[in-house]
Formats: sequence, structure tokens, C-alpha cells
Amino acid sequence: MTAYIGTPTSRIDGRAKVTGQAKYAADYNTERLAYGAVVTSTIAKGRIKRIDTASAKGVQGVLDVLTHEKRPPMADKDEAWKDDVAPEKGSPFRPLYDDKIRFNHQPIALVLADEWETALFAATLLHVEYEEQPHVTDLHAQRAKAFLVEPEKSRGDAARAFAASAVRHEAEYFIPTEHHNPMELFASTVIWEGGGKLTVHDKTQGVQNVQRYLCNVFNKPSDDLRVLDPFMGGGFGAGLRPQYECVLAVLGALALQRSVRLVLTRAQMYALGHRPATIERLALGAKSDGTLNAITHEAIAVTSQFEDFSRNDTGWPGLLYKSANTKFGHKLARLDVSTPSDMRAPGAATGVYALESAMDELAVALQLDPVELRLRCYSERDQNENLPYTSKQLRECYRQGAEAFGWSKRNPQPRSMRDGAELVGWGMASGVWEALQMPTAARIVLTANGHAEVSCAASDIGTGTYTIVAQVAADSLGLPIENISVKLGDSTLPRAPVEGGSWMAASASHAVVAAADEVRQELLTSAKAMNDSPLADAKLEDVVLAKGKLVSSKDSSRAVSIADAMRHGGADRIVKEKTNEFDDDPSHARNTHSAIFAEVKVDEELGIIRVTRVINAVAAGRILNTKTAGSQIMGGVVWGIGMALHEETVYDHNFGRIMNANIAEYHVPVNADVHDIKVIFVDEPDETVNPLGIKGVGEIGIVGVAAAIANAVYHATGKRVRNLPITLDKLM
Amino acid sequence: MPHETAARSSADLIPVPAKIPVKITVNGVERELSVAPWTTLLDVLRDRLDLTGTKKGCDHGQCGACTVLVDGRRVNSCLTLAVMKDGAQVTTVEGLANDGALHPVQQAFIDHDAFQCGYCTPGQICSAVGLIAEGKAHSADEIRELMSGNLCRCGAYPNIVAAIAQAMGRS
Repeated sequence: MTAYIGTPTSRIDGRAKVTGQAKYAADYNTERLAYGAVVTSTIAKGRIKRIDTASAKGVQGVLDVLTHEKRPPMADKDEAWKDDVAPEKGSPFRPLYDDKIRFNHQPIALVLADEWETALFAATLLHVEYEEQPHVTDLHAQRAKAFLVEPEKSRGDAARAFAASAVRHEAEYFIPTEHHNPMELFASTVIWEGGGKLTVHDKTQGVQNVQRYLCNVFNKPSDDLRVLDPFMGGGFGAGLRPQYECVLAVLGALALQRSVRLVLTRAQMYALGHRPATIERLALGAKSDGTLNAITHEAIAVTSQFEDFSRNDTGWPGLLYKSANTKFGHKLARLDVSTPSDMRAPGAATGVYALESAMDELAVALQLDPVELRLRCYSERDQNENLPYTSKQLRECYRQGAEAFGWSKRNPQPRSMRDGAELVGWGMASGVWEALQMPTAARIVLTANGHAEVSCAASDIGTGTYTIVAQVAADSLGLPIENISVKLGDSTLPRAPVEGGSWMAASASHAVVAAADEVRQELLTSAKAMNDSPLADAKLEDVVLAKGKLVSSKDSSRAVSIADAMRHGGADRIVKEKTNEFDDDPSHARNTHSAIFAEVKVDEELGIIRVTRVINAVAAGRILNTKTAGSQIMGGVVWGIGMALHEETVYDHNFGRIMNANIAEYHVPVNADVHDIKVIFVDEPDETVNPLGIKGVGEIGIVGVAAAIANAVYHATGKRVRNLPITLDKLM
Repeated sequence: MPHETAARSSADLIPVPAKIPVKITVNGVERELSVAPWTTLLDVLRDRLDLTGTKKGCDHGQCGACTVLVDGRRVNSCLTLAVMKDGAQVTTVEGLANDGALHPVQQAFIDHDAFQCGYCTPGQICSAVGLIAEGKAHSADEIRELMSGNLCRCGAYPNIVAAIAQAMGRS
């Protein structure tokens, strides 16, 4: 059943995307649409003493101004505001709920008008008086007050082993706050359907998460509120939790009793989630032969004053490297900022950056090749849980990556390689992420003409879900892919988790296979009942669907066409919905791995860094679509380039306010920053992780990339920069 | 909740700018519109003409998602006031395909997987069509440089360059 699985199939939604037909949350126009504009706070902490809305309301065309003092009712219990992805501890943010200011750029009013420009203009006319309180937005100022959030999974005595080690490396690394900056602005178009019913087109990675959340917040029965987002203009984690635009757009619709569109500005998106600034401390102790006997990894990350957002930064060394003694510790420091959120490979992008930088420094101290050091420390087991892996082809990643890169030609001496006026540096790093899967359902509607519609509430945030679902369905049903249509991103479709954590490929694929099995069962039942049926004595496990027929896998001459079986069964369509089933096998660790090799060229006089070549060799089980998965990894590498060299959210701590809340001064990589990127998928058959051997590729592409580049910059210049991003001033 | 503005007499209201008639030809169709001077070409396309293929990514000319062709030149429609384009010929992503046949740049974007989420794609494609017409890009490095006004957060840049090279006949 692999006519399509594993092939570089072009995106089935490609035509819609290149012709402008793909509709995103702000693309739905309707009669009597009102437009919203948000007003945000200009202080970081305190309370609103007074909001004067009279001037704004006096603008021709303004319909209403909502504030915490005047708005339709919303839930008053935390439970109602907790979405599927909310941190366990804390009280989620409620927009326009009360007079309290918790972070700068917090929404405090919604101006509604009959035209967008009018709303925007009127939003500048609000007069707000605040009662300010002292704020803190600097992690370094707050680190002493950080508190431990995760139990330390220590083994042995890392401090003693470190002190006794022949070769030691100890250092602190820093990753600043980063913002997702998906290209699509967060937006909601709420269609007022009448009769209390609302249709919400919202930018989200989880339509059912938003649907449940909005029903809870506005105390609406589930049938009255439908959420759709068939196309999402980039998420990267920013759209896992419902963002405030959907609450305010529904508030506006309820207040006006008409349809409302609310599009946040780019600046306003800086008050949503973010990758928390993190301080990472590594202490590595090795024997002179290059084996580790002590690993300490401690992290201090930012969270808000009102929720404990925490991701695993420090467990990764236990997956990658053998060491008898380890100590991990994760702390949070509270700042007056919005709650951080998942951002592409949360915890790993940061934690593995620090770990793999430290390993490079240890290799230098040991005078060992960085790849050789990793091979000497290679762990065949997840040592944190003492489990074998379902599969781990990381050695092969190192080998194939190094060979493709030409690593053997590297002169280990820093500043030893040149290309004209530029210093050349070669660096490498490892990557690791989790292979997760979640309960997910799919529905297949097969019609007698051999067309199947597959539907699931999952989102395709650019990851390729539409296409891989079609591939898996085509192979499972034995139909050409042109006969498959896929519906996603609608809260009324079969249940799916939020699209994140790299779990959607495995989760959705197995749901499709499970539903297809049921379709095959029904077709077989009908086929068997036919007179002189060639499949009269066939069992379910002995028949497959291929080329529009139900065929015996023992004797391909024994077959019944789908059309004949359905006609005989008296059905013009077969509808099957099924949830995937996974063994919750606790006996194995499930992870993806990678080896990244990077070349940088550095202008010696100006310190300008160019990443001229990156090879990312990835072991992630079965790759469903080499084209779209390759794009996922390539995008992860581009994110790694941004993390290493460009990205930093800059605060003015005097005002507790972000100074570069736009997409020109918050630097993301542009086309000219990105050169040669090669993705290698290392063959990794895995029958243990799940039946199809799928591990997912959304996160692994970024993990380790920033370290490989930072290590290359050291190799080029002899200068070790431990606080990202590595901007040219840090090299001068 | 009643509209409070309804209770005011119109004389008290702070007026918004009066609308001005303009004629803009969009994708070959002449449109007669009445637009306020503060309205951008981007918002006219999206909100008035229901041509939502053109995207808003920043509204500040920083990201290129709103790129369209005005009289054959690629421009950021978010920085272009509609009233300044009276009499202009505008081509958006919806106007590139010819009778259902994709423009070579559109086809090349599919072939090379030059997008993921697809949000920057209409701007990238219009920008690429403009770039090819300019005739200034003769190498991959020049394509990269001259396409750097169009951000792609999914990081499809190498595939965008390959797609444009294919459409230029340089693959």
C-alpha cells in the first residue's frame, strides 16, 4: 500500500495557495461586517483609573467602544478560561475583564466601526489614566527569585564527579525572548448567523480547542458556535492556545449583534505568546578519553506573573549522552510580561543549543573532533528513564551528514580556514525531539464512483497535513490520489488535537488507516454476499484495496471492484469514522534525532556573518512525503539561522515595553540570508513506534541548528559568543 | 446593546474624510469606486473588491505579503493609497492564471514546494513576476537579493529561488 506514501507528492492544496483562493481567517467578507480595532496599554503593570471613550464614540461611523467597564458578560471562573494547552498552574489572561494591567501592550478596549480605517482612527482617541506599579521585565534582575518547577531527575553525584574530572567545561548560555511572527496577522471573523449562532473564522492551530474555549467563556451551547480555519498562515506554536482576538471579536459581535472582523496589528502580536528568555548553565566533566562522567544542566526561564509556563530544557543530555552522573534543574522567574508559549521545539531549541555549544567547548578542551566526542559519548538508551529507543539512527546521521559536508577536510584550528577576505568556520551539533502521537479521529466517505472524502478537525498550518492525509487515504483505499478530497480545520469534523509537537502526521495517518480498515471490512462483507463471490472465503486480513478493487493478497486474480461490492450491498456510499489506537507502550523511548553541519563565512573587518552551507541529516522514522517533510526541515534550519544570528525581542526595561515590536526591527531571516541548505533523511525503519513507523518532523529541523552555527562562528573567529543572537558587535 | 452614536446629532460627530471617486482596472476589469483618501490599495482590494488573495502581514511595508503589480511594477499595496492610483492597471495573484492555466511562476512554486503555509505566497509570486519583468536578476544570488523584500517565515527561501529560476528558464 505504498503508491503514494514516501513519495515527493506536490501539495494537494498548492493550486489554492498559488492562485489566492485559499481563505485565511481575515479573508471572509460578509454583509454588514463591522470592523474592530484594539487599544492596548502603555504601561507594564498597574491598573486603569479611567478610560474616556467619548471622543472615540464621537467619530462618524463608530458603532461602539468596549472596555472592561462596558462589555457583554464573560465567564468569571478560571476553569472556563483554561484551554487544552493552558499551563496546569495559574489563571489564564482574560481580555477586557477587569482594570488590572498585567503586561505592556495588554488589550484594554475594542473600538467597533462600520469601516476599518474609522475604527483604527477612533482607537487613537481614547484617553486612558493609569495607576502605575513598579514592574520587572529583565530576567537577569529576577534570577535570584527564580523557583524550581520540575523535580530533578538526578543520577549519581554530578557535582563530585565534575570536581574529580580530568577535563571540565562549565559555562552559562543565554537565549533572549523570541517571537513567532507568523506571516498571517492574528485575526477573527465572526459571522452573526442569527438565532444565537456564531461561525468564527479564527487563526488557530486547533479549531476544537478554540471552539470549547469560546463556548466556556461565553457560556454558549456547543451547537451554537462553530470554529473554522482550513488555512492558517503560519503558527509555530503561536496559535496553539486561543489568542485574545477571538474573544474580542465574539464580544464585538455580541455587542453589535452583527458580524465582526478583528485583525491584530503586527505590534499587538508581540503581547501574545513568546519563546521565554532563558539562562542555561552547563557543567560537563569528562575523562581524558573523551567519555563523560558528569553532566549538570540547569535552566532559568521566564514566565508571567499569572501562569507557570514551563517546558523541558534540561532533560536532553540524558537522551544523547552516556554519563553515570547527571543533575538537571529547571527554574522559572516571574516577569510582568504575557505568558510565554510553545515556539517551534519548545525547550529543545534552547536547551539543546546550550548543550551542544557546551559539547563543542568540551571537544576543544579535549582536543577531540566534535563528531568523535559525540560518538564516544553516544547513548543507546534514554538514560533519564533507562529505556531502549524504538529506533535511533543518530550514528548514521553523523556519518551521512559529515560525508555530505566534507567534514573530514576540516582543520580543527580556529581561524585556520579562509576564503579571500572571509574567515571560514565549520561547526556541527546534534538534535533530538520527541516522537509523539495523540488520539485523533478521521471520517471517510467512500462513494460508488470511487471517490473518497476524508475529514478531520486537524489543522494544516503549512506542514502538509492535507497532502499526507490524501496520500495515506489513497494508499489505504487503493485509489488514485486525484480521487481523494480532504477536509480539515472545522470544529464540527471528527476530533483532533491542536496541531503541534510534531504529532499530527502520526496521529492523523493512523486515524485514516483505522477508518479505511472499517471501509474495507464493509466492502468485504458486501463482496462475500455476492453470488459466486471470488472472495467468499476471504478473511479481512487477507484482502487489500488496490486500483479500485478489493483484492485477495494471496491470489490477485480473486477480486471484486469497489463499485460492484457497493452496488451489491445496496449502498451508494460508505461512511466510516474511527479513532486511531496506539499501544501506550511504556517500554521504549520515542525520539527523532539529527546531526547538523554548518559553514559560516565571517568578514574579518566588519564581523558580518553569512551562513553559506547547512546540512541537516535527520532520522525521523518513515517520511510520508519527502517533498513537504524536506520543506519542514529546511524551514527549521532557517529558524535556526534566525535564532543564531538575528532574532531578539528587545525590551526597554525602564518602561517594561518591547522596543522592536515590528517585523523590520525584529529581524527574521530574509531570502538573502539563506544560502545552500541540504536535507538528508536517514533511513530509519521503526515498527515499534507505531504501525506506519511515523515520528513527525515539525520540530526536529530547528533543534541544534543554532549551536552548529555558533560552533562554526567560533571555529571561524576563535571567539565564543554565549549569548544569542551572535550579532556583529559581539565579534568586534 | 444599543448604538450610542445613534443618539447623537450628526453635527456633533467627528467627521471622517469624504470619499473620492476613482477608476482602477484590476485584473483587466475596470472598477469605479468611491474611496476615502486614507484607504490603502490593499484594503480596497480585500474589503471592497473581495480579492482576498492579496495578504496583510504588517501594514507597514515591512513584509511584502501585500505585493501586487501596479502598471507592471511590484509595489507594497499596504503603502499605496488607492486614490493615488486613479487610472492605474493593477494585477493581483487572482489575475495571473490565464483561463485556468497557471502562470509559469505559479506552477514553479507548486513544483518546487516554494511555500508551506501559503500566506506570503501571493506576494512572493507577484514579486517574482515583477522581478522577471525587470530583467535584473541573472543569478541565484541576485534573485535572493531582489526577493528580500518578501518575508517567508516558513523558511521556503531556497525553494522560492529554485522556483523563480525555473520560471526564468534558468533551472
